[in-house]
Amino acid sequence: MNSTSTSKRLWDAFWQLANPKVFMGWSGRWLPWLVGLTVLFLASGLIWGFFFTPDDMRQGSTVKIIYLHVPAALMAINGYLLMFVGSLVWLIRRQHVSVLAAKAAAPVGMTMTLIALGTGAIWGQPMWGTYWVWDPRLTSFLILFLFYAGYIALWAAIDDDDTAADLTSILALVGLVFALLSRYAVLFWNQGLHQGTTVTFVDGAKQENISNVFFQPLLLSMVGFGLLFLTLLLIGTRSELRARRLKVLEARERMQ
Amino acid sequence: MIPDLGKYAVEVIGAYGMSFLALVLVCFVYIRRSRSVKRALIAAEAGKDA
Repeated sequence: MNSTSTSKRLWDAFWQLANPKVFMGWSGRWLPWLVGLTVLFLASGLIWGFFFTPDDMRQGSTVKIIYLHVPAALMAINGYLLMFVGSLVWLIRRQHVSVLAAKAAAPVGMTMTLIALGTGAIWGQPMWGTYWVWDPRLTSFLILFLFYAGYIALWAAIDDDDTAADLTSILALVGLVFALLSRYAVLFWNQGLHQGTTVTFVDGAKQENISNVFFQPLLLSMVGFGLLFLTLLLIGTRSELRARRLKVLEARERMQ
Repeated sequence: MIPDLGKYAVEVIGAYGMSFLALVLVCFVYIRRSRSVKRALIAAEAGKDA
């Protein structure tokens, strides 16, 4: 089998998930495995990082905050990108699963943004002498947090589901600018206290911004946070699909 | 058991504490909603079939 037909099959399988029945079956099969893998990666990354890594020469034990701060920031940005894709698919193809996945991703993404901001502030105080500065990366992250909050509030404020899906999707598209800024602000502007990107890959190889002693548990933690995001995303999307079905049944009952 | 965190112990433990709290809270909310919606849907579908 050549790679073109394999990728076509994967692409077709992906679009089949837009069918709520297929999605429920698929996610129900994968969820127990995802929960197990999440616990495994998160526990091993965080335990390794907290208990078995040395202090940094300059930052002392505060370097241990990296195992929370970087993965949370990574998922805050990628969670928003996922919301963007889900919203775009809804606006173009009107598939409910995609917009409900975007809706389910928002509270997790907001929590990740909050963790990134909170741990960053706690880390900033001893290293920079302040909890907060209006640095480009910090500011764009704060705006990203506000976009998440606005997106969730907009869903809650509108009764008609399809209208809410349309308006929140447009908001998600607008907010993409800040998700990208959060990621690339350190490259655009040189001013500011925040350091450059911790982990970068060029041609598939890790750049030496961070020693392997810290990088290996960080990688496990990043995978753990990613899996946690995915697990909660599936649980949340399943709940949203069930809630939608429940609404339909209740509406039918009222009409009889 | 806890490694020696030196003069930054409060900051490191504070960061881990707030992160765990946030993660446990978001997991709790998702699981609780999942269970309540599932229960309500099962009840509604049973009512429809009856």
